[in-house]
Amino acid sequence: MQVSDASSRILAALLESRTGQQLTTSRRWRLETALKPLMHARGLDSLDRLIIAIASGGDPLLAEEVVEALLNNETFFYRDRSVFDVLLSGALPRLQRAREGTKKLSIWCAGCSSGQEVYSLAMSFAETKSRWQGWQIDILGTDVSKSAVERARQGLYSQFEVQRGLPVLQMMRWFEQEGSQQWRISSQIREAVSFQVHSLVNQSPPRLSFDVILCRNVLLYFPPATGKAVLDKLAAVTAPGGCLMLGAGETVIGQSDAFVSDPENRGLYIRNCAERAPALLHGSF
Amino acid sequence: MRTCLIVDDSKVIRKVARRILETLEFAVEEAEDGRDALQRIELRMPDVILLDWNMPVMSGMEFLRNLRQSPHSVQPKVVFCTTENDIGHIRAALEAGADEYVMKPFDRETLESKLQIVGVG
Repeated sequence: MQVSDASSRILAALLESRTGQQLTTSRRWRLETALKPLMHARGLDSLDRLIIAIASGGDPLLAEEVVEALLNNETFFYRDRSVFDVLLSGALPRLQRAREGTKKLSIWCAGCSSGQEVYSLAMSFAETKSRWQGWQIDILGTDVSKSAVERARQGLYSQFEVQRGLPVLQMMRWFEQEGSQQWRISSQIREAVSFQVHSLVNQSPPRLSFDVILCRNVLLYFPPATGKAVLDKLAAVTAPGGCLMLGAGETVIGQSDAFVSDPENRGLYIRNCAERAPALLHGSF
Repeated sequence: MRTCLIVDDSKVIRKVARRILETLEFAVEEAEDGRDALQRIELRMPDVILLDWNMPVMSGMEFLRNLRQSPHSVQPKVVFCTTENDIGHIRAALEAGADEYVMKPFDRETLESKLQIVGVG
């Protein structure tokens, strides 16, 4: 299947208008692979026909399905383990001391894809249950992809997915095998978390305040101005003393003054107290 | 440099695993079955062994039992890497002394994360 420049530009514009994400030239090679199953199911033999079908408006769900197919839902359990360890062994104990009065902790996994990051956190809390006795731990996962959020809610993973990043002992403890090729997370873990469809670009944050925000391998898909606007939104809902965790290749440096590197926890960022939250200045909430 | 011994009767699997391990800066050796592997570790004990289950001559499980009962003072980490994917096999492998378990097929992220989990990645 040939992907013409015109076709790929139209699809890139569709993706950006719905999600804020850029389909950079280097990502356009994915178009064919990503859209092939959808085109096959609809009996469309070229991207031009697909674009005509979207433009005709005869199938209102088609554009949404195209966007879903173009989103990159790559993720795995305990991704970037060293930073995850820093979060679990450095930042969370510090926050636990700071929130001793309320015994409440609110965590947002923004761009959670199919839920592995959310469940990694929930398993870690469950394994240190005695330390968090009496605490209310609220873990929310959001993603712009409806299908990813639905998968996350199911907590059902293929054999290939379940072992990516997950120690076998944790797999044995928290998953049950379904058939020969699928593994479902235990109801105890599933009930400890929640998920919702949410656009970082087009919507306000889902809550007013979070102690920890994980937004990993998300910003890299946004153009710089959008990335900065998203970081401003995250800053506006990061509680005092709270922290932000980005993907391994991402940074706030040069993008936002609202966060600074956490000197005690390498790889994490904390709210820059010298900066007022931009979204609050604009009265967005 | 960290060392890994791949024990698998499939040339293709050995080739795929070697390619991944070398990008992770491991020095790699290969063995075709459990008995071949036992001979190789007498010459040089690796940091980690990637071990298939079903092999001719000597199975992965038999090799593992021999290894864990051997008098070697330094024991390598053992990551089972097999098509056996049921709880019973996984439990048996762990009870016999395996440190981690990979169900085929696998990719670079899976292997890299398992090596990190056992402390050699």
